[in-house]
Amino acid sequence: MKKTVLTLLTSLLFLAFTKGHNSKAVPGEVNCIDDIPVYDFGALEPLLYTDSEKTHIVNFWAMWCAPCVKELPVFKEYAKNHPDVEMVFVSLDFPEDIETKLKPFLKKKGITSKVVLLDDPDSNSWIDKINPNWSGAIPFTIIFNHKNRSFYEHTFENIQELQNEVTKTINN
Amino acid sequence: MKKCNLTFIAILILSSVLTTAHINAQDRKGPPPNGERKGPPGGGHSPVQTKTLEEIEGYKIGDVATDFELKNVDGSTFSLSDIKDAKGYIVVFTCNECPFAKMYEDRLIALHNTYAPQGYPVVAINPNVSEDNEKESFAAMQKRAKEKDFPFVYLADEEHNIFPKYGAVRTPHVFLLDQEKKVQYIGTIDDNARSPENVKVKYVENAIAALENGKNIEPNFTKAIGCPVRAR
Repeated sequence: MKKTVLTLLTSLLFLAFTKGHNSKAVPGEVNCIDDIPVYDFGALEPLLYTDSEKTHIVNFWAMWCAPCVKELPVFKEYAKNHPDVEMVFVSLDFPEDIETKLKPFLKKKGITSKVVLLDDPDSNSWIDKINPNWSGAIPFTIIFNHKNRSFYEHTFENIQELQNEVTKTINN
Repeated sequence: MKKCNLTFIAILILSSVLTTAHINAQDRKGPPPNGERKGPPGGGHSPVQTKTLEEIEGYKIGDVATDFELKNVDGSTFSLSDIKDAKGYIVVFTCNECPFAKMYEDRLIALHNTYAPQGYPVVAINPNVSEDNEKESFAAMQKRAKEKDFPFVYLADEEHNIFPKYGAVRTPHVFLLDQEKKVQYIGTIDDNARSPENVKVKYVENAIAALENGKNIEPNFTKAIGCPVRAR
């Protein structure tokens, strides 16, 4: 019995890897949406800064936020076309929904980038630390590297728009 | 990148194989790649609030807020001036579906029941009301008000012209007005949306107490995570 399962698993894995070329997931980029850490602001903050020249995009979103869900494909496509860009989704969903709703949702949407969940109720204490001009409404996006940084309380309509903003920010 | 557990990878790969057909089908429905559908820069047609807080020309503390004539869920037209002997108004922009708005429904009811007899009624306004959205239609508002037995008015900003004057950007978003309709506090209701029992600071209640005692309201401006107000 055990052997049968193992054989089945191996053949499925083989199948998966031979199909790898068509698959969207870049080998080695199989990501950890199975591991969604829950952070408070203190734990999240280091993800909002970098010493590297690499472009970082951090998007604050939630499943319950319709305009956020609408722009997810823009970030997904952008991340796919720019594997050199570090993309992080900060979910403001509820920790108890991670297994039952968030993970299935991310799978359905094909999100393979890093996802963390921010659970820090006293949002008035940390919104200004991220950006004093942010009202607290989402979606909210930060584009940055070690030198430049810009903030968007705004829904990206398409990849071109996101590309333009990345170029504007990083090449500034 | 953090390393996934091998089992997870296996499960992931297995499930991706099993759902490949589904994912591909979904991709076809997606937006064209590389932004073929070019919108105006800045996404001018976005249905949501696209201005930054700096650009929002809403009220600041001390501004006199506008009165309005909005349709209440009981079918009548309501204005702030309809409330006789008000010492102030807890104007709150909220809606049916936003989970944060829902989490505060019971607290809004409690606020009204405590403070309306003292002269500070809750006046709830739905900035997202739209007949195109069955969850935020006027009928849906009526249904929600009935289900929750709202003791306060629940008004439809049907022309979407009141919330921009106030500068409401998320739900729920409170504007506490004094007797002269001067804005005294802008922000969130308290410091814990998800868990009423873990609230440490009740911003709106503290503001009313300060107002009653002729003291400075501190803080008079707070922020919170909330659902974006949909501007048409």
